[in-house]
Amino acid sequence: MRPHLTPAGVVSGLLLALCAAVPFLAPALDEPFYVIVFARIMVWAIAAVSLNLIMGFGGMISFGHAVYLGIGGYAVGILGFHDVTSAWVQLPVAVGLCAVVALVFGVICLRTRGIYFIMITLALAQMVFFLSVSAERYGSDDGLNILWRSDFGSGLIDLEDGAVMYYAIFAVLLGSLLLQWRMVVSRFGLVLRASRSNDTRVQAVGIPTYRYRLAAFVVAGVMCGLAGFLQANLERFVSPDMMNWHRSGELILMTVLGGTATLFGPLVGAVVFLMLSELLSTLTIHWHLVFGPFLILVVLFARGGVMGLLGSRTTHD
Amino acid sequence: MDYVLLIEQLLNGFQLGIILFLMAAGLTLVFGIMDLVNLAHGSLFMIGAFVGGTLALATGSLVLGALLMVPAMFAVGVLVETVALRTLYRRSHLDQVLATFGLILFFNEATRLIWGPEGLVVPLPDFLEGSVALGAGITYPLYRIVIIGIGLLVALGLYVLVARTRFGMLVRAGASNRAMAGALGVNIPVLFSLVFGIGAVLAGLAGLVITPITQAATGMGEDVLILAFVVIVIGGIGSVRGAFVAAILTGVIDTMGRSFLDVLLLLFLPPNAAESAGPALSSMLIYVLMAGILFFRPQGLFPPRGAAAP
Repeated sequence: MRPHLTPAGVVSGLLLALCAAVPFLAPALDEPFYVIVFARIMVWAIAAVSLNLIMGFGGMISFGHAVYLGIGGYAVGILGFHDVTSAWVQLPVAVGLCAVVALVFGVICLRTRGIYFIMITLALAQMVFFLSVSAERYGSDDGLNILWRSDFGSGLIDLEDGAVMYYAIFAVLLGSLLLQWRMVVSRFGLVLRASRSNDTRVQAVGIPTYRYRLAAFVVAGVMCGLAGFLQANLERFVSPDMMNWHRSGELILMTVLGGTATLFGPLVGAVVFLMLSELLSTLTIHWHLVFGPFLILVVLFARGGVMGLLGSRTTHD
Repeated sequence: MDYVLLIEQLLNGFQLGIILFLMAAGLTLVFGIMDLVNLAHGSLFMIGAFVGGTLALATGSLVLGALLMVPAMFAVGVLVETVALRTLYRRSHLDQVLATFGLILFFNEATRLIWGPEGLVVPLPDFLEGSVALGAGITYPLYRIVIIGIGLLVALGLYVLVARTRFGMLVRAGASNRAMAGALGVNIPVLFSLVFGIGAVLAGLAGLVITPITQAATGMGEDVLILAFVVIVIGGIGSVRGAFVAAILTGVIDTMGRSFLDVLLLLFLPPNAAESAGPALSSMLIYVLMAGILFFRPQGLFPPRGAAAP
């Protein structure tokens, strides 16, 4: 699990270095647009890392993970709508709300397995989605514009400054990667990975796996909520589309594309997925026609994702 | 509360339930027998609407279009099963989710390419227009009654097929224990193809009958798909009977909630709060129902006999 100097490790390191350097490289290349592209990619990468924690390492295939993006985002949007722009209110509300929702959803979902788990996470996420659609006061389908980014009340972290916004996202991405790594190699992560392989056996040893799985589910929800908080601030906009089930599907996709149950897979997957869609959509508006079959081929033939192709060992059984 | 409105909404809920049943019946069999998560079932709903609608416009008759749609959708179903899905049976649920998600993107884009972004409008033939007096001052649109009738006929036909024929016996055996059924000489691949074809016809029929009311549009199957998921989870995966009961239950509760929850809330809440909480709560109602049922019966209301609990 520790990063070695493998091709996968080198690529991951280079990607992180690239993310750090984009605000300098993009103006130099006269492509300032890339700053926003990479900021978006990193937000998605944070969300994908959080999904990887439960899906990759814990075997819990959540098909409603984008719901936390929406909840984190709406915490910013709705509070901002009521003129509460202080980040010291918005951030705890976003995190707290995601924790509570993930706890409740987790208690319901973790009673089930396999197909049931996939469908229930999807259905519960749809419930929140429809809730946001029916919230006429907050713009329903049209969403909410965010006039002011979250205000940390200090000159040091001023999100209105594009570079600060960018590096705030970068810092959270680093933090989430670090947290993921520490969690996975800890005893906690060991139980999680073991229960993915054979839950009954782990329980027979006397470990209450349910608690571990639920804790991981909540941590992942909170981490993804943080990504939602950042996304709302970055785009200055929230809408129900943030938690459309297509977004949940795309999150799964990024994770798998990069390589599930690898530390840097979600980041690599987010980069590949978003760059590819950017590229394909400039070629033709019907790019989904190519992208759909491409996905099927990835599933059928490139099982370990990009990291697998680069020879990274996953923790697959 | 006005009882005429109550009965009308009850019928509307029943009609939604019928549509959900047509979707869920195929889905639950595919899940139950093949252990396959097929997100693209919603695409079959959409393809049924577009193909059936085109056939109806070409022949000038909705009935003829519907009849021609049946073999067309059966062929589409068998084709999708053999080309794309057959290789997925042995794969993990995650792979299945992803691959069928890819199919959705493909089919959505393909319909947009063929029929254009504005979709397809299929007019209701004259003889299905108008309303019928049901007595006691209640009138109800004829076409919706026809939908309910079609759904009940299909449900009856499916019941006979599954419970009374040799084919149905094999299907039930497959749903209970696929490996054992295979070991006893059932040709599982052919059975899979047939079941998938039937599921495609049912989904397509659901899509087509709803088209004159709404219209055929890209992605129209997705909301119905997720509701159908809720239905089969409530009903118990693999059980057609469970799908029927759960579909009607879901349709009625959802429709009734949307029309009457705010009135009901007025009894407890001030008007302002009731008005804003009503729509929000009613859109959550069926998911709360699902969560509740799962909490007490994780395997659903009518799990097929012998199927392993989740």
